[in-house]
Amino acid sequence: MPAQFSKPSLVSPVDVATPGVAPVKDGLSVATLKETARRLRRHIITMIGEAGSGHPGGSLSAADILTALYFAWLRHRPAEPDWPDRDRFILSKGHSAPALYAALAECGYFPVAELRTLRQPGSRLQGHADRTCTPGVEMSSGSLGQGLSFGTGMALAGRLDRKDYRVCVLLGDGECDEGQVWEAAMAAAHFRLDNLVAIVDNNGLQIDGWNRDVMNLSPLDQKWRAFGWRVIEVDGHDIGQLLGALEEASQAEVPAVIIAHTVKGKGVSFMENNVDFHGKAPTPAQVEQALKELA
Amino acid sequence: MPAEASLRDAYGRTLVELGQANPDIVVLDADLAKSTMTSLFASEFPSRFFDCGVAEQNMVSIAAGLAASGKLPFASSFAVFLPGRCFDQVRMSIAQPRLNVKLVATHGGISVGEDGGSHHAVEDLALICSLPGFTVIVPADAHETAQAVRAAAAHQGPVFIRLCRAKLPLVFPEERPFNIGKAVTLRDGGDVTIIALGLMVAPALEAAATLAAEGIDCRVLNMSTLKPIDEAAVLQAAIETGAIVTAEEHLEHGGLGSMVARLTARSRPVPIEFVGLKDAYAKSGTAAQLLEKHGLTRRDIAEAVRSVAGRKA
Repeated sequence: MPAQFSKPSLVSPVDVATPGVAPVKDGLSVATLKETARRLRRHIITMIGEAGSGHPGGSLSAADILTALYFAWLRHRPAEPDWPDRDRFILSKGHSAPALYAALAECGYFPVAELRTLRQPGSRLQGHADRTCTPGVEMSSGSLGQGLSFGTGMALAGRLDRKDYRVCVLLGDGECDEGQVWEAAMAAAHFRLDNLVAIVDNNGLQIDGWNRDVMNLSPLDQKWRAFGWRVIEVDGHDIGQLLGALEEASQAEVPAVIIAHTVKGKGVSFMENNVDFHGKAPTPAQVEQALKELA
Repeated sequence: MPAEASLRDAYGRTLVELGQANPDIVVLDADLAKSTMTSLFASEFPSRFFDCGVAEQNMVSIAAGLAASGKLPFASSFAVFLPGRCFDQVRMSIAQPRLNVKLVATHGGISVGEDGGSHHAVEDLALICSLPGFTVIVPADAHETAQAVRAAAAHQGPVFIRLCRAKLPLVFPEERPFNIGKAVTLRDGGDVTIIALGLMVAPALEAAATLAAEGIDCRVLNMSTLKPIDEAAVLQAAIETGAIVTAEEHLEHGGLGSMVARLTARSRPVPIEFVGLKDAYAKSGTAAQLLEKHGLTRRDIAEAVRSVAGRKA
C-alpha cells in the first residue's frame, strides 16, 4: 500500500483507495501522507498569494483532513469524477476551496499548474467551491450551513439506490452557528444515515474572533451526541488519528461526527491562530516566508 | 358557474401518477403533507417520501443533494415558507448549481384568508423570479396544475410552481397539454389585453364578458409561465391591442405587472394598468372578503380596463 501514496499525482487512472481495504496506519504511510499535506499547504499559500485574495487560515487548518480523505479514505476515481459508486466529499465550508483544489489537483482531477488560476476570470477554480465549474467538486458552497443537509440528501439517495458509497461533509466550527446545521443533524439521525460522516474543522476561530467570544459552541461534543450522533474527537493534524477516526465512523450504525481539533493557519507561524488571515492573502514577502517554513 | 376543483388535489394525484412511472421521483415536505397533498404520494411510496419536519431550509438542501445524486425531487411547503423561509438555500443549493429540483408551493396569495398576514404569500413570485435559471409557473386551475406538474417533471432544471389553497373554476380542458413558456389566449380581442395568472384568470374572463357588453373587446392571456415569460405574446398584445391590464394575486412590485412593464417599456411602450396588491399586508378575513378589500375582483379588472382604454393614444 505505501507505494500507492508516494506519488499521488500519478494515481488518476485507478481508484485512490480500494473498497474494503483498511486505511493505512503504519508509520511509513502516514509519513508519506504528511508529505502530501505539506505539498497541499504550499499550494494553498502559492495560489492565494497569486490570486491576491482568499482564505488561507481555514484552508491550512483543513489540509491534513483533506489529505487523509483524498489520499487514504475516499473511494474515488480522479479520471472519472462522475463515477456513480464514488464516495462523496462535500466541502460545506466553501471558503476553504483552495485546500480542496490542492487535494483534487494532487490527485489528478486537473493539472497542478491550474491552481495558479484561482479566482481569475475564466478559471475553473472559483473563489468558493462551485460544482458547475470544477471536476470533483460535489457541491456549490460559500453560504455556510448547507452542506450537511446536501450530504443528507446524497446519503438518502445512496440508500434508495442500494449503493454502498459513503458521504463525508466538512464543516467549520464557526459554521455550526448556523441553525440549518442542527436541522440537518437532527434529520440525519432521524433517518439513521450510517453512510454519513461529518467532520468539524474545529480551529476555534471565526471571522470576528474566538468562537467562545463570538458565539459559544461549547460543549460541541455534547451537542452532537444529544442529536443522536456518534462523536469522535481527534487531533485534526494527526493523520493517523484522523484515519482511525474515519474507520471508526465508517463502522458506526448512526451518523458519526469527527471533531477535529485544529489550528487556524496551521504550518505557517505568522498565520497560526491569527484570525487576520481568515480571509486575507499573504503579501509576496509573506508568501516567501511561508514557503520557507513549509519547505 | 363552471365546476370548481382543488389545485392541491390535482398536484397530489399527479405526483402519485408520476411516481408510478418514474422510480427516481422522490417527494419532500416540511410537516405540511396533509395540506400540500404530498400525503397522497407518501401513502403510496413511503420509502420515497421524506418528511423533514418544520425545517424548510434543511428540506431544500436535502432535495438538492438528492437531485445531485440522480433523483427527481419534488419539495413542498406553503408559499410563505417556500421560498421565503429558505431563500438562500434555494439560491445556493438549487439555483446556482442549476440542480433539477421541483419546488411546489401551495397556499399562495391572500386567498389563504383567515390565517392572516403571516400566511399570505405576496412576495414569493418576486423572490423566486429573481433567481437566474428558475422556471416559475402559476397554474390557473386543477387541469392546468396536473399538466404543469407533468411538464415540470419532464423539464431539466429548477422549477417553482405556485398553487393556491382555494378551489378554482375549471377554465381548461383536462387533456390540454402544457407548454412551458407559452401563454394561452383564452379569448381574443382587439381593444385591450388582460394578462392574468393563477386565481385571477377566471375573474379576467368574467370581466372580459362584462366589458364586451359595453363594447370593449378584450383579449385574455393566461400567463401561467411567469418565467420565462412569453415575450412574443406580450409584445403582440402591445402591438395589436395597444393597452394592457395585468392581474395577479401578488404585490404589484416584482411580479407579473413588473415583468410586462419592463418588456413593453423596452420594445413597445403602451399604457398599462396593474391589478395587484399595493405595498401593504392583508389581515384575516375570508378569501372573498380579502380579494374584495384588496382590489382583486372581476370588477377591479373591468375598471382597470376602462381606465387603460381611455389612455390609449
